[in-house]
Amino acid sequence: MLKFIGKRLALLPLVLLGVTALLFCVLQFLTPEMRASLYIKDPRQLSALDSVIEKYGLRKPVYVQYGIWLGQVARGDLGYSETAKMPVSEAVRAFFPATFELTVLAFFPILLIGVYFGTLSAVYKDKALDQLTRIVAITGYSLPSFVLGLILLMIFYGKLGWFPPGRYSLDVDLLVHGDSFRHWSGLLTVDTLLNGEFKAFLDVLKHLILPASTLIYIDLALLLRITRSSMLEELGKDYIRTAKAKGLPGSVIVRKHALRNALIPVVTLSSLLFITLLGGVVITETVFDFPGIGRWGVQAAQQLDIPGVLGSTLLAAGLFVVANLVSDIFYSFVDPRIRIG
Amino acid sequence: MTAFWKTLRRSPMSMLGAGLIGFFLLVAAAAPVLAPVPAGSRDAYQIPQDGYSPEPVRPGGKHRFGTTESQYDLYYGMVWGSRTAFKVALIVVAISLSVGIVLGGAAGFYGGWVDEVLMRFTDIVLAFPDLVLAVVIITATVRWSLPNLYKVMLSVAAVSWPSYARLLRGDVLSIKERDFVAAARALGASDARILFRHIIPNCIYPLLVVASLSMGRIVITAAALSFLGLGAPVGYADWGQLISLSRNWILGSSGSPFEYWHTLFIPGLTIFLFVLGWNLLGDAVRDILDPRQR
Repeated sequence: MLKFIGKRLALLPLVLLGVTALLFCVLQFLTPEMRASLYIKDPRQLSALDSVIEKYGLRKPVYVQYGIWLGQVARGDLGYSETAKMPVSEAVRAFFPATFELTVLAFFPILLIGVYFGTLSAVYKDKALDQLTRIVAITGYSLPSFVLGLILLMIFYGKLGWFPPGRYSLDVDLLVHGDSFRHWSGLLTVDTLLNGEFKAFLDVLKHLILPASTLIYIDLALLLRITRSSMLEELGKDYIRTAKAKGLPGSVIVRKHALRNALIPVVTLSSLLFITLLGGVVITETVFDFPGIGRWGVQAAQQLDIPGVLGSTLLAAGLFVVANLVSDIFYSFVDPRIRIG
Repeated sequence: MTAFWKTLRRSPMSMLGAGLIGFFLLVAAAAPVLAPVPAGSRDAYQIPQDGYSPEPVRPGGKHRFGTTESQYDLYYGMVWGSRTAFKVALIVVAISLSVGIVLGGAAGFYGGWVDEVLMRFTDIVLAFPDLVLAVVIITATVRWSLPNLYKVMLSVAAVSWPSYARLLRGDVLSIKERDFVAAARALGASDARILFRHIIPNCIYPLLVVASLSMGRIVITAAALSFLGLGAPVGYADWGQLISLSRNWILGSSGSPFEYWHTLFIPGLTIFLFVLGWNLLGDAVRDILDPRQR
């Protein structure tokens, strides 16, 4: 077991190396001058173009450039992100908590609703409830998040004025950046409460509702379908017939027998979903102007802010590898028949 | 094929999916009739502009579905956009399927270091956040004299092939041990012939199921790139872009918060129905080709 974890964790730096190397290869489509101009922040510095090319070795082969960049990273310097207007390490600390809050607020409702209604629709297969959850699932799966997000904004922000976009209102912005506000965790929902600012807490929560609802509706489909099909498979097995023959009540059969076995793929899938959300939800964060990892990553990509792209990608890719590992371990944990190694 | 129609007819949901895609196919085919290209237009995909006022006009009168920002006619955009949508979906699936078949097939067939290298490469692409990689590809290829819409297709294909490659590799691994492969080899068939004539035809079905299920996802990803402003130039008949044009107008005017509802609702509903059609159809295809799920 430990050997397996060690082997998989050893893969992590390899994947991260690969991800960054791939990015460097893609960037070779640009001319050295174009890549050099990415380092220049002011038109008056344009005369320095040649020295920038020299300094970063932009005319040299790609592996030399990559080596120079790796050297920088090894010294703990991830660079300065132009889109975030701060060093990459600081940007990650600023954006990650926002995405984390959003993820937590979206993930647990998805899990609860998905497992609950997925189970019910398996038990009441082809009944009205099953059809209803099927419709919810397929419409959520077919609706682009930016369409749903904009519709929600139109109704709940434009018409009703309840839930504005962004992460907080202006007065909360002043408050959290003031001297008296202590940042315990970076999570604003937690920090506002710890600072005793209940109004600010409500404000932060209000800004989270719409993006979280969007994610819930879009990603619910996955869990509903998996729970349903996995439950259906279990309910058709012999031990369920035995339990029925013993005269056990239906609710006990469903909850104590079938569901526990059916949850195996659900657990795996939901751990993957959690991490995917944590890696940033590009479109939802963009629509709601929510300053998270996803919005930062895609803005950096649009403006070719290379340190920004590398920073956000390293985070997401790292999480992805860890998530796969965790779900494999979980798999063998909930089902001891599955051995890893 | 008859089994296909039987199953399709049995399930109303699949019929709805087939109906939706059929409807969009008709619209795409009849585009020049439904929305005639205005005289003097050099590109049929360029939506005609009725003036240059930024404010959208409500549906009715000259503009059946109204106009969006900068007076682009929404009806024209919806009709011609259906061609764009089919083109994008089919080309992306074709490219990513071919890449997936070649790389996944080679990895499974040759095994050893070829497999190791190709699959680690697949892992790396999978670990990338999809949209970020796609956007980097589009922005880094500014020097290519390729229309942006094609760059969108290429970049979406570049992030979609890994799941096909992985799936195919697994199937090739099991098929290549079968006797008929040994027989083909004994007859002196070349590697390429064994792989493409004997192995891949025997494991193509699961791949086609996944491809049909991923059609909707691909349309959404491509539209998301248009929404981010990376797709075709402004005014091109492209649903995703028309949705991004509505972004400035979701607030309406004072006293009339839903003043410009049509700028979002019409392209939003269109793209939703198109994706819904593919997803329902994909479910039907899976039920037919994979009877275990029934």
